[in-house]
Amino acid sequence: MISAQILRRAGTACLAAATVVGMSVAPALAGADILFMSTQLRPLEEAQKMREVILKDFPEAVEFVPEDTGPFLTRIKAEGETGKVTVGVIGALHGDLPPVIQYLDGLDDVMAKLSADRKFIPAFAELGKLGTDRQVYVPWMQATYIMAANRKALEYLPEGADLNRLTYDQLAAWAKAVTEATGERKLGFPAGPKGLMHRFLQGYLYPSYTGGVVRTFKSAEAREMWAAFRDLWQYVNPRSTSYDFMQEPLLAGEVWIAFDHTARLMNALRDKPEEFVAFAAPAGPKGRGFMPVVAGLAVPKGTPDREASARLIDYLTRPETQVVTLREVGFYPAVDATLPEDLPAGIRLAAAAIGAQAGAPDALPSLLPVGLGGKGGEFNKVYRDTLQRIVIRGEAIDEALAVQAERLARIMQETGAPCWAPDAPSEGACPVE
Amino acid sequence: MTSERALPYLLLAPSLLFLALLFLWPLGEAFLVAFSDPGGGWSLANFREMADDLNFADALTNTLLLVVVVVPLQLALALGLGVLLGCIDRGRDTFLYIWTIPLGISDLAAGIVWLAMLSERGYLNSLLEALGLVDGPVLWLSYETPVALFVAVVVAEVWRATAIVLVILVAGMQLVPKEYYEAAEVFGASAFQRFRRITLPLLKPSIQTALILRTILAFEVFAVVVVLGGRDLPVLAGEAFAWQYDYQNAGVASAYAVLILTVSLAATWLYLRLLRVREESLA
Repeated sequence: MISAQILRRAGTACLAAATVVGMSVAPALAGADILFMSTQLRPLEEAQKMREVILKDFPEAVEFVPEDTGPFLTRIKAEGETGKVTVGVIGALHGDLPPVIQYLDGLDDVMAKLSADRKFIPAFAELGKLGTDRQVYVPWMQATYIMAANRKALEYLPEGADLNRLTYDQLAAWAKAVTEATGERKLGFPAGPKGLMHRFLQGYLYPSYTGGVVRTFKSAEAREMWAAFRDLWQYVNPRSTSYDFMQEPLLAGEVWIAFDHTARLMNALRDKPEEFVAFAAPAGPKGRGFMPVVAGLAVPKGTPDREASARLIDYLTRPETQVVTLREVGFYPAVDATLPEDLPAGIRLAAAAIGAQAGAPDALPSLLPVGLGGKGGEFNKVYRDTLQRIVIRGEAIDEALAVQAERLARIMQETGAPCWAPDAPSEGACPVE
Repeated sequence: MTSERALPYLLLAPSLLFLALLFLWPLGEAFLVAFSDPGGGWSLANFREMADDLNFADALTNTLLLVVVVVPLQLALALGLGVLLGCIDRGRDTFLYIWTIPLGISDLAAGIVWLAMLSERGYLNSLLEALGLVDGPVLWLSYETPVALFVAVVVAEVWRATAIVLVILVAGMQLVPKEYYEAAEVFGASAFQRFRRITLPLLKPSIQTALILRTILAFEVFAVVVVLGGRDLPVLAGEAFAWQYDYQNAGVASAYAVLILTVSLAATWLYLRLLRVREESLA
């Protein structure tokens, strides 16, 4: 595969040299195709969409090469070490990039130029620095978790509440009003065996109440948070511990208000857009915690044609291209983009909610855990077991947190994973304070 | 001559190899993984982690309770059905065929069938509502109703797996010589006495087989429980699955597997001891 690429690139170069001798400035032909290597859009269909639809209007030749994270890291490292860099643009998740940060070029100039005519989501632009003082990646696209509700629930919203600016207290009041009016508990969470409840706890509840995930695990704020959440749980449908995808109970009417990943709400939003609304997750005392799955575009140091790389990044982050990306592969824009009327209504509903969530003034992005390796499952278990102990079994908050904090600390020690946002950076393993 | 004697061994060899490859080898691996620690040494760390886990006590209790409730219930039902089947002359096969239908259904499908009946907007609630017995949907399968959830699993398991016990017992009953019953009748034994003194003792080998088979399978109960209760009714096999696939910790998953094997072996040994079959009663 690689040798075929080299052969083809060599062929293109010879052809270019033979036919355009004497042409002065022809950047597209000066080198070869721009090599665009991505850990995202790996499935064959998505990769085809990238090559044939999304990149169609880009005037230069791009070779899109999807790659698993492991081999991707190995290649970036190898090219950086040997100085024989072939990759033009890197597309990767935020969490994929820290291990190779020293091989990535600063993109402050590119970012400044692009910001002149498009508005990146500020929280993502900040994330793109990876905690340094330079722009390591330009935000590319995102997926995330949001809330969805049946329109029937809207009449019970607390007075003066703005759907996209809810607080957790308002959510509790809302769920309470719905329960009192219908006699049923209509708030739902994906706490089933395959559900993503741990992401709610790690990316939404903990950051909103404590401003952290690991450091603040058993803080005073965490104790208050659990007390409040246990209180809220009396309005939560008890089948929640069996829900995996919230679109199903929403469509069945078992649940009226739900939290889940956009892809796991999509059937409800797409099939009955007139029946459902999508909105931003609530905020707590420390802000509106949310977990964006951010993908970014980076450029390796010593790339063959940095100008061409910058042009590709420019193209991919144009609002028009971002809309095409959303339509074709289901990732949402990382810039302000007007969504055309002909997009499916469900996608538009979700996109508006995602925009409102990421763009909220109190937005507090919280990242997917980084650096846990094979312990990711057990890390999630700590949060789910804490929910089980405190909320479902009603154990004393202090004791449950103490037991679970010990497990959490052990996992952090074993993996040596440093803190990730919104926890403050750490030297070595992220401590449980 | 030699080749003739070797032939059966040759013919059996592939199946032996097959079992060794797909059963004994993984079994050995599971033991190795269960008793090793990340550093490569031998330790009981995985078992300690298993025992310390939030769901361990519940999983063990639930599994044992299910075995204790389901297996005797299935045995009693199958015995009753088998005896009744012996009393009818016409349509006997038809009854047998219908009773054994659940045998052909996978346990996952069986779980889904019962889920469709028992879920919040399932058939049972629709029926109860139509009859005016309840006002709104009743939750049968939630962590708030552990007894109903347990009963639902018992009912589904009994529905699904009684047939295998029935088939084994009916086959056994057919081996009991009619002369014994005739002789008993001549001496004026009642129907109950004939059951207790003739059917039960002569059926012992079949009962033993059925009990061992069902108990081992009951210790492995998984799909029905997962479908009906998710993780609200933890069981040993479900925990093993979760540790392997959700938490990605093969060590603890193997520890669970070793535990399931141990209790299954213990139960089998117990049955073999308690229901010891004397040589002369083997037909």
